[in-house]
Amino acid sequence: MWENFPLLPKRASSFAPEVDALYGFLVGVSLFFIALIFLLITVFAIKYRRRSEAEVPPPVRGSLALEITWIVIPLGIVLVVFGWGAVLYFKMYGPAPKEALEVYVVGKQWMWHIQHPTGQREINELHVPAGRPIKLTMATEDVIHSFYIPDFRVKKDVVPGRYTTLWFEATQPGRYRFFCAEYCGTKHSEMGGWVIVMDPVEYQNWLGSGGASAPTESLAQAGERLFQQLACHTCHREDTQELGPSLRGLFGRSVRLADGRTVVADEAYLRESILNPDAKIVAGFSSPSVMPTYQGQITEEQLLQLVAYLKSLGGEQR
Amino acid sequence: MRAEMASGASSATSVELGRSPLAHHFDDLEQQFEASTLGMWVFLITEVMFFGGLFASYAVYRSLYPEGFAVASRRLDYLLGAFNTAVLICSSLTMALAVRSAQLGQSRALRLFLAVTMALGLVFLGVKVVEYSHKIHEHLVPGPSFRFEGPHARAAQLFFSLYFAMTGLHALHMVVGIGILAVLWILAWRGRFSPQYYTPVEVAGLYWHFVDIVWIYLFPLLYLISRT
Amino acid sequence: MSTPLVELPRTSRVNYLNVSYGIRSWLFTTDHKRIALLYLASVTLFFFLGGFFAVLIRLELMTPQGDLVQSETYNRLFTMHGVIMIFFFLIPAIPAVLGNFLVPLMIGARDLAFPRLNLLSWYIYTLGGLFTLAATVFGGVDTGWTFYTPYSSTYSNSNVMLTAVGIFITGFSSILTGLNFLVTIHKMRAPGMTWFRLPLFIWAHYATSIIMILGTPVVAIAILLVGLERLFHIGIFDPKLGGDPLLFQHLFWFYSHPAVYIMILPAMGVINELITCFSRRRIFGYSFIAFSSIAIAVLGFLVWGHHMFTSGQSIYAGMVFSVLTMLVAIPSAVKVFNWTATLYKGSVSYQAPMLYALGFIGLFTIGGLTGIFLATLAVDVHVHDTYFVVAHFHYIMVGGTIMAYLGGLHYWWPKMTGKIYPEGWARFAALVIFVGFNLTFFPQFILGYLGMPRRYHVYPEEFQVLNVMSSAGASILGVGYLIPMIYFIWSLRYGPKAPENPWGAKGLEWLVPSPPPPHNFDVTPVVTGEPYDYTPESEEAHAR
Repeated sequence: MWENFPLLPKRASSFAPEVDALYGFLVGVSLFFIALIFLLITVFAIKYRRRSEAEVPPPVRGSLALEITWIVIPLGIVLVVFGWGAVLYFKMYGPAPKEALEVYVVGKQWMWHIQHPTGQREINELHVPAGRPIKLTMATEDVIHSFYIPDFRVKKDVVPGRYTTLWFEATQPGRYRFFCAEYCGTKHSEMGGWVIVMDPVEYQNWLGSGGASAPTESLAQAGERLFQQLACHTCHREDTQELGPSLRGLFGRSVRLADGRTVVADEAYLRESILNPDAKIVAGFSSPSVMPTYQGQITEEQLLQLVAYLKSLGGEQR
Repeated sequence: MRAEMASGASSATSVELGRSPLAHHFDDLEQQFEASTLGMWVFLITEVMFFGGLFASYAVYRSLYPEGFAVASRRLDYLLGAFNTAVLICSSLTMALAVRSAQLGQSRALRLFLAVTMALGLVFLGVKVVEYSHKIHEHLVPGPSFRFEGPHARAAQLFFSLYFAMTGLHALHMVVGIGILAVLWILAWRGRFSPQYYTPVEVAGLYWHFVDIVWIYLFPLLYLISRT
Repeated sequence: MSTPLVELPRTSRVNYLNVSYGIRSWLFTTDHKRIALLYLASVTLFFFLGGFFAVLIRLELMTPQGDLVQSETYNRLFTMHGVIMIFFFLIPAIPAVLGNFLVPLMIGARDLAFPRLNLLSWYIYTLGGLFTLAATVFGGVDTGWTFYTPYSSTYSNSNVMLTAVGIFITGFSSILTGLNFLVTIHKMRAPGMTWFRLPLFIWAHYATSIIMILGTPVVAIAILLVGLERLFHIGIFDPKLGGDPLLFQHLFWFYSHPAVYIMILPAMGVINELITCFSRRRIFGYSFIAFSSIAIAVLGFLVWGHHMFTSGQSIYAGMVFSVLTMLVAIPSAVKVFNWTATLYKGSVSYQAPMLYALGFIGLFTIGGLTGIFLATLAVDVHVHDTYFVVAHFHYIMVGGTIMAYLGGLHYWWPKMTGKIYPEGWARFAALVIFVGFNLTFFPQFILGYLGMPRRYHVYPEEFQVLNVMSSAGASILGVGYLIPMIYFIWSLRYGPKAPENPWGAKGLEWLVPSPPPPHNFDVTPVVTGEPYDYTPESEEAHAR
């Protein structure tokens, strides 16, 4: 019967059983207290019902011992729940494992564009291999969206003006729905699709041929092409650092800025430097920067391609 | 709860009070005075929260764009700002003297100090008008006509958005304050206040000092950040 | 309202209803009791308007396809439902109707401290309501009641400005009400009415007033900024112009989370009065209940970030907000346990108001416990923005606030109108509402955990069974709300006359005639004992 009337969604990621365990604990605690309160109210209401209009019950003031009991016990329980939830949250929203496969997601009213590092592009579908951590780097062209896969118990808002990331490890091959969970306008409820989890061999086949559009170039190659097109290479050269800093090996390194601070060159830094070159100027270069802003000149997808290209130029990750 | 209907509570049936300043639902003037003063303090707390939302936004964006805010702040005329600060501090003094005159029952002095306070308020607003017209002339009003040279244009627009929102809201409070003082002046002229009853003057004084204090915060945050 | 001046000498006297007649005597009244009735009429209007939108929403969700209304229309429906129910019904309902009527009566004052301000607050509310109604008539607004930027500030092309102005204006009515209560409670108590002799209804309204005063201005400024951004496109919330879309969420929830407590604290205040009266008991743990109201009001300002666990805010911030939110559970639990303990060895009778009170305790317990689910970081990641949240806050706001509001309305109806409503119908309605409510909203917890996001116009077929259950429950609930409406109106004309104290209750409001005279108390009462003192004199003396 529960086949047709499930109480829980499928458990298809490594997080799912852990979230369900905590949920189960909460349901248990709640049922206990709900049963306790309902039972007490029912028993008291019946046992001490008014038998005559003149009846006057004996006076009671209260009890400090009881008050302390029902402060301390619930406090203990909620602190346990908090700790449990926080540990799991840190695992879910903490950094993705190093070996994670990176996929780029761009939301816009009202569809999801997905780009794989190997160049495959999909709309409202996400193919991933089972048994391997997947890291989604997400951006939006317009309003706030939220990427939500109920069967994996994961969700993260996609906020304009920044990258957010989400990671998971699918455990069971199959098709799972994903939704946009943050209200985003007229067709919010249609902004969803399917995650297709494949076993690793099948996934390799899909990458080779089965992809929606067989890619002619990888994401980084697309980024490189764009890099040439936008003439970034005229200033960011390898041989001389007169106009702009060299970008080889930049990703993941810490960079010293003109104002003395140091920042790590992560995705957010690269994004900001392309869109707003004056925000963080590398030590030794002129301020204001000679680089024009690319705000409004390139789409989020192109931005992700550029970032992928810069990452491919080496650095700490790969 | 047990309660006894006590007789002889003062002015219980307070219908025939006519022009008396005591409203029907208060027991005595002291209670009425305390209630009005507390009411104004509570109102000022809501005002603090109201401006607080703007100050919080200011804090967020200034920490995001420290240089942009400094550059934009240089476009404000700090001499005019300082002059206005001095004007407002003087007006607080005259307001305090007005309250004192009311307490002592000196009606002429009360009217004089109220008039001076209003005049200082109008001077402040006049200077503000001059400043605003400069900004309009220099295309510093946020929106489609906004022009700002250099790399910090976006931060500057945010700065000026907050500048106009905060000083505009403050100026609105000044206008309301001057209106209240004008009403008080008329009431004073009709001899409504006495050493026993000067609650409206006291309460308006609290309001006026509050509006001054907001400016005391606005002036350094908006005009002086680049001059430290 | 024509109360005949006949028969018993008790009622032949002047009361606040018959002291003057005509529309002007109502529109220019400064009597807190009449203003309460003005509010009663307005919030009832908005309640049924918001309810009408809810009916359309539930009808649409009977099927997975969007076959009743277009998606644009649907988005406007749930937005208007939320805006109207929250800002124009739930926030004013208990404070502005019951609070307005009862705060002076309960503390032995002749009126609120600032009667003209009180009338002004009703006019401000009405003006804000007119703006919002105008927005509805011109096609509504589609941002969700949360107005998240940059959707509301840049992308939506519906009547955001009109609605925002409406909410902005109405906020001031809330501020003025809070201010009035706070000053009244501080300065206008009758002789002998010390802080610990105050009815807990007053403590609850005191805590509510603090939130109204501190929170409302912040949301007003947030909405003002959205308006400025829409008009001038200045970039406060638009990242393309250097703004931060999450700043709005911080400002919005800084008010709107405490606003939830504006809705529930007065409800808890009502429940204290009902439970004590209908079990003839001094409340168990008076001071714990009183201080738990203040604790909820204070903690309520420190937990807004729990609406943003999945927004990409720092995970450490999430941790702090989570643990603080957990702490709010404690004062709430203290109240529930104390109410339950009050019944113990009491003398419990089952009149209609008590049925609502008992229903409140049950539903609030479920609503409160599911709040802990949402405060739990890892679980919230899954259920945030799903129907689980929808079910949770309806358990608090509908199962909690509206149950208490109706319970209080029944309890004080004889005092407010001088008429008795039909008890049998009232019990029947309470039962229908309880059943209909649970059938409507319990399935939504399951839907939420299964993963159905909120604000969805079309949805996958596997969610249909639960949605149909919910819609069926909503139809029962709707009928349940209509029944009291009918017999209340009926009782105004045909109801028997109410005595001074129909329930045998304690409290100063029961010492004056029903309906009360214009200035409440002919002689100022002097309070000599604690509230809820149901023991006869002799035993009382003995117990001390």
